[in-house]
Amino acid sequence: MSDQDLKKTPLFDAHVAAGARMVPFAGYSMPVQYKDGVLKEHLWTREHAGLFDVSHMGQARIRGENPAKAFEKVVSADYQGLKPGKQRYGVLLNARGGIVDDLMTARPDEDGLFVVVNGACKDNDYAIIARELAGEATVTRLEDRALLALQGPEAAAVLAAHIPEAAQMVFMDAKALIAFGVDAIISRSGYTGEDGYEISVPADAAERVWNTLLADERVKPIGLGARDSLRLEAGLPLYGHDLDETVSPIEAGLNFAVGKSRREAGDYLGATRIAKELAGELSRVRVNLKVLEGAPAREGAEIADEAGAVIGKITSGGFAPSLGYPIAIGFAPPAYAAIGTKLKVIVRGKAAAAEVVASPFVPNRYVRKL
Amino acid sequence: MRFTKDHEWVVVQGDVATVGITAYAAEQLGDVVFVEVPEAGKTVKQGDGLAVVESVKAASDVYAPVSGEVIEGNAELSDAPETVNALPESGGWFAKIKLANPAEVDALMDRDAYEAFLATL
Repeated sequence: MSDQDLKKTPLFDAHVAAGARMVPFAGYSMPVQYKDGVLKEHLWTREHAGLFDVSHMGQARIRGENPAKAFEKVVSADYQGLKPGKQRYGVLLNARGGIVDDLMTARPDEDGLFVVVNGACKDNDYAIIARELAGEATVTRLEDRALLALQGPEAAAVLAAHIPEAAQMVFMDAKALIAFGVDAIISRSGYTGEDGYEISVPADAAERVWNTLLADERVKPIGLGARDSLRLEAGLPLYGHDLDETVSPIEAGLNFAVGKSRREAGDYLGATRIAKELAGELSRVRVNLKVLEGAPAREGAEIADEAGAVIGKITSGGFAPSLGYPIAIGFAPPAYAAIGTKLKVIVRGKAAAAEVVASPFVPNRYVRKL
Repeated sequence: MRFTKDHEWVVVQGDVATVGITAYAAEQLGDVVFVEVPEAGKTVKQGDGLAVVESVKAASDVYAPVSGEVIEGNAELSDAPETVNALPESGGWFAKIKLANPAEVDALMDRDAYEAFLATL
C-alpha cells in the first residue's frame, strides 16, 4: 500500500502539527511517536495522563430485536447478561475456536450494542457479523466518529473537569452523554493498564476535543509506540501478534472472555474446541516472560527449555520502560507455563535466560469501585 | 568524518577507524535501550553486520562501513545504551576497526555529501 492510499483520522493534521512521526498502521497514517519519543511518552502516561488517537479502530452499532442474543452467535462473552451502562471484553471466534478479533461491547444507552473492534480487522469483522446475524440484527459502521483514549493516574481528574459524570464511573462502565457540546460515548477502560477513559465523539468535533484535553498541562499526546509498550507491560495481548485465527481464548489465557452461561450452553462458533480446552486438553498456552539477560526478545524469537530444545515462540516483546528490562509474551506447552519456570529465549542465535512471570508485568490500576 | 548511506560514520586515526551511527540515525531510532557491539578479534568485510542497536520500537543492524579486524567494541554502551542518543557522533561510538583497505574510507561521503544525501530522504 502506498502512502497515498493510507486513510487519515480526523486528527491527522493535529498530529503533524505536533511533530508526530507518522507511520502506516492498519491502513491509516498514524502517529508512532511525538517529539518526546516512546520512552518519555510511556513514562508520562504511567505518571500523569496520555492522550491517544485510536480513531483507526472500528466503531459500530449492532441493532435488532435482541441484539445481544444475536451477537452471542459469533462472540463467546455473555452479552445478554451485560447490564445497561456496562462494557465487556469478548472475542469473535471462527468455527475452529480461533480468534478472528478481540473487541469491546457496551450498552451505553438503549440503542442496541456499541462495539469497538481492531482497525486492521474491522472490514472482516463486520462482514462476519452481518452474515451470521442476518435476519436478527444489523451492523452499522460509525465511520463519522473519532475515538480518543485518555490514560494514566491523572486521567480521571482531567476528564472530570469537562465531564463531571465521568468521575462517577468505574472500570468498564460505559455511558452515552452530552460532553464537549456533542453526543459522546465514554467508557472507563483502555489499553495501558492504567485508569482512564475511551471517548467517542463525532469526527468533526475530534480536533476540538483533542486540543481541549491537551490544554491541560497534565496531558501529553502519546503515539502508538508507547501504546504498544504500555499494553505489553499490562499483559494485554495484541491482535495480529499474540492473537490470531489459530489461537483460542483459552490458550491465550482469556478464559474470562468466555462467559459462564456460554460455557454451559456451548452455543457459539468454536464451542467444541473451547470446551475441550477448558477441560484441560491444551497443547500450548500463553506465557509471560521476563528476559534476564541480553537483548529484548521480540516477535518471532524462539523459546527453548533449559537444555536448549525449542518449545515455543515469542509473539510480542520488547524493552519495558517502567521496569527497565525486556519482557515478552509467547506461547509454550502447559508444562512450561508455571510461574518461576526457567526458560531460554533465542535472539539472533544466542540463548538468553528468561523466567515465566505473572501477568500483568506492571500492576494495573483500574478503578473498580469509588 | 566520513559517512555511509546506511548512516554510519567513520573517523580514521592512523590505521584504525572508529565507527558509529550518525545523529540522524540516532534520532530516527529513538530511545536506544540495548546495544550489542562486536568483540575484539572479529573480522568484518565492508557491509557485514557489525553491531545491533535496539530502540524501544525495534532492532536495527549496524553495518561495517569498512573492512578489517575489530580491535575494540565500546563496552560502555552495554551499561549506558542511551549514550548513542546523547553523543551519537562521539562517546556513542560502536567499534574500532583496524583497516584492511584504507581506500574504502576515501570512497565514503564527506559531511557535505552526506547532508546532501539526507536532504533527498
